[in-house]
Amino acid sequence: MSEDNKLLKEIMSGSPLRITLSVLLGFIIGSIFMAVFNENVVATYASFFSSPGTTFQVAGQTIVDGYVALFNGSIINLSADNPVSMFRPITETLRLAAPLIMAGLGVALGFRVGLFNVGGTGQLIMGLLGATWISTRFDLPWGLHMVVALIVAIIFAGATGGLVGFLKAKTGAHEVIVTIMLNYVAIDLFTFFLRTPSLLLEHGGGGNPKSDPPALTAQFPRLLGDSFGLNIGIILAIVAAVVYWWLMERSTIGYRFRMVGHNANAARAAGISVERTYVWAMAASAAFIGLAAANQGLSATSGLTSSIHANIGFDAITVALLGGSRARGVVVAGLVFGAFKAGSPTMQILGVSPEVLGIVQALIVLFIAAPPLIRAIFRLPKAEVK
Amino acid sequence: MKLELRGITKRFGSLVANENINLVVESGEIRSLLGENGAGKSTLMNVLYGLYQADGGEILLDGKVQAFKGPGDAMAAGIGMVHQHFMLIPVFTVAENVVLGNEPVNAIGGLDLDTARARVKEISDRFGFDVDPDALVEDLPVGIQQRVEIIKALTRNAKVLVLDEPTAVLTPQETDELMQIMRELAKSGTSIIFITHKLREVQAVADKITVIRQGKVVGEADPKASASELASLMVGREVDLQVEKAANKVGEVVLSVANVSVLDDREQRAVDNVSFEVRAGEILAIAGVQGNGQTELSEALLGLRHTIKGGGDITLGGQVLNNLSVRKHLEAGIGYVPEDRKKDGLVSEFSIAENFMLNGSFGKPFTKGINIDFASRDEISAKLIEEFDVRTQSASTPAGKLSGGNQQKVVVARELSRDVKLLIASQPTRGVDVGSIEFIHERIVAERDSGRAVILISTELDEVLALADRIAVMYRGRIVGIVDAKTSRETLGKMMAGVAA
Repeated sequence: MSEDNKLLKEIMSGSPLRITLSVLLGFIIGSIFMAVFNENVVATYASFFSSPGTTFQVAGQTIVDGYVALFNGSIINLSADNPVSMFRPITETLRLAAPLIMAGLGVALGFRVGLFNVGGTGQLIMGLLGATWISTRFDLPWGLHMVVALIVAIIFAGATGGLVGFLKAKTGAHEVIVTIMLNYVAIDLFTFFLRTPSLLLEHGGGGNPKSDPPALTAQFPRLLGDSFGLNIGIILAIVAAVVYWWLMERSTIGYRFRMVGHNANAARAAGISVERTYVWAMAASAAFIGLAAANQGLSATSGLTSSIHANIGFDAITVALLGGSRARGVVVAGLVFGAFKAGSPTMQILGVSPEVLGIVQALIVLFIAAPPLIRAIFRLPKAEVK
Repeated sequence: MKLELRGITKRFGSLVANENINLVVESGEIRSLLGENGAGKSTLMNVLYGLYQADGGEILLDGKVQAFKGPGDAMAAGIGMVHQHFMLIPVFTVAENVVLGNEPVNAIGGLDLDTARARVKEISDRFGFDVDPDALVEDLPVGIQQRVEIIKALTRNAKVLVLDEPTAVLTPQETDELMQIMRELAKSGTSIIFITHKLREVQAVADKITVIRQGKVVGEADPKASASELASLMVGREVDLQVEKAANKVGEVVLSVANVSVLDDREQRAVDNVSFEVRAGEILAIAGVQGNGQTELSEALLGLRHTIKGGGDITLGGQVLNNLSVRKHLEAGIGYVPEDRKKDGLVSEFSIAENFMLNGSFGKPFTKGINIDFASRDEISAKLIEEFDVRTQSASTPAGKLSGGNQQKVVVARELSRDVKLLIASQPTRGVDVGSIEFIHERIVAERDSGRAVILISTELDEVLALADRIAVMYRGRIVGIVDAKTSRETLGKMMAGVAA
């Protein structure tokens, strides 16, 4: 077994303690960042040596303000004067968490098979291409239209993933390289489609690459009326998590996936075609990402541009890592990072830089992905790696 | 040099690997450390060599207390170690390997190879090693490579030489030569610690024997003690070294292999035009020194490795298996105990129960449609754990947490519980404790008695002689000959070195 596979195993075996410590450390460093570079705090530096207390007080206040803003922006807005704006934050968190959970499950599936799918973006865009094609160029009855668009998105994304698996199985090409390159291919292909009138360019549009809005018959139905953006995406995400759990923990397919992920040699000797497993696992991984693509493409009410992928393909990696690649963990991690996304505008309004959330998110995953680092900081004993 | 270990204790977490071990090795003495796998021999030697720090006790050389912080200190103090797996660079010459890390330099800082050659030659001549300093290591037979390792230790002035399972890779003749070398070295005053689990070798060469069991010294024995006395001391109870084996009733041909050749990973012909048959109710042992094509042959028999086109067929019960998938091979009725259970036989992270269904995920009794049949799996696991005496707290324990012997029982239980025509057991008792060896041997004989064909691939001549009905000896990819199980050790030894019977 190669060195990086060993590391991947250790990352995947992430103990709850290590994950908790990683989250804690991420927030601590994030808080320091938030305080040190805050405008109000910077203003006190001039008098730091005469009254250091002021600096610390302002810094402390900034951190508290920041996290209160995050809470108000992502859970319940306590300073709101009507129920709609009071409860909107939590529904936004759910709305933004949905695609993270879906795509996170996809990346997690790859991890369990020993595959590092960094091609979420490319697979998502291929799924978007399929979903947009159906939702803007076909007339179908309400409901059916959405279902067809959703399935096509899953198939397009899944096929893209399957191609990666096929190249790995047939030629030995490393999936990381292949998926990164396919990200470029997909993004440019999508832009090309969006620019071309006979393909996806909006009707009567100018030169900007942009599609029509998805047909009303294909849009995801909203759950709580028009004052809330929340739609059935979150329900689909939960269903996807249950399907993922069944697939990986209960079915023979997932059993073989995990076998190949842990020990491909033993799987081979047990009569399993490791190559074929790679193809199917990459396709399955990408299919979950295709669901996220449908979520993005069919939640929109205006025309799509290529930025609609919203970096979900990469965020999904962080979700999968934080979630330990387990169904429940991925749901929780998706909700946490969904809350970050929902809360950042509120923080910005308060003058607390929302970029700190991106840093916290990245640091958490960095600590999870570098087990030796977190062990060194907290002096944990070395995990047994077989 | 006189070596003394006083009260050495080494713990790993809650596991005590060495407990208060005392050992005195006089100058010029050959001391055998005898013990089962996992008894703590290697840990003790790694403490001596500075790789581990002891939690208690001290190491004395000629009466002086030593404090080794690493192998560098140990080497400087005169301790040399020859590991089971050689630490040689294949593309370097003998002389280059010997001086690596300790290179003589000339006036301008370049490598002084003449001095290096002279050092090798001097030692080689003194002890009759017969090693050419300019030969590339990769071209040398394993036995000679081992001598290079010994020379390496001696050029660093090793006065205490530790040999860790040195005979595992040698033919019987090479083993004899190694013992001769050990005696020469001892005569010149070098103290030798010889780690092994092979009783015959201990009896042949040791001056004194120290037996270690579960991290403790359980006794010292005289080399004149009988093999079963030594074995009993090692295991802690009476051991029956003989395998009870009735005459077999041979049936029809189950497997026939005709003119089969197989390439290894480096595209070299590892199995070269091999033909043999195995009948129902017999054990055909494939003997030979490690690395003579047995691994590749067994992999080809399971379909893990393709045979070269243009050769003959592999036929099992009338079905031609050439280059079908592994799954087809398994379904045709092959049970397979791989030589490296951790690599090919188990998924360490999987529970015991999950490991029982490793090659059973495509159908009954482990599955219901595409769902795992958990109830049935639990039932089968409980039965197999009981029947094969797997020592574990529960079926959900990860296989990697079991001892080597119990891991092997999991593999054996899985393969024997399937309805197979042919059982291929490759090194079935490697790294397994004596108690489990007895058990596994009995089960293999029971398979043969129930009318199955068995191929036993083993590099341990004792195992081959104990179990086989017929013996095929492999050398450099060819079968030198297929002989009767009553063939003498000497003849088999010659065949293992390539001389046809």
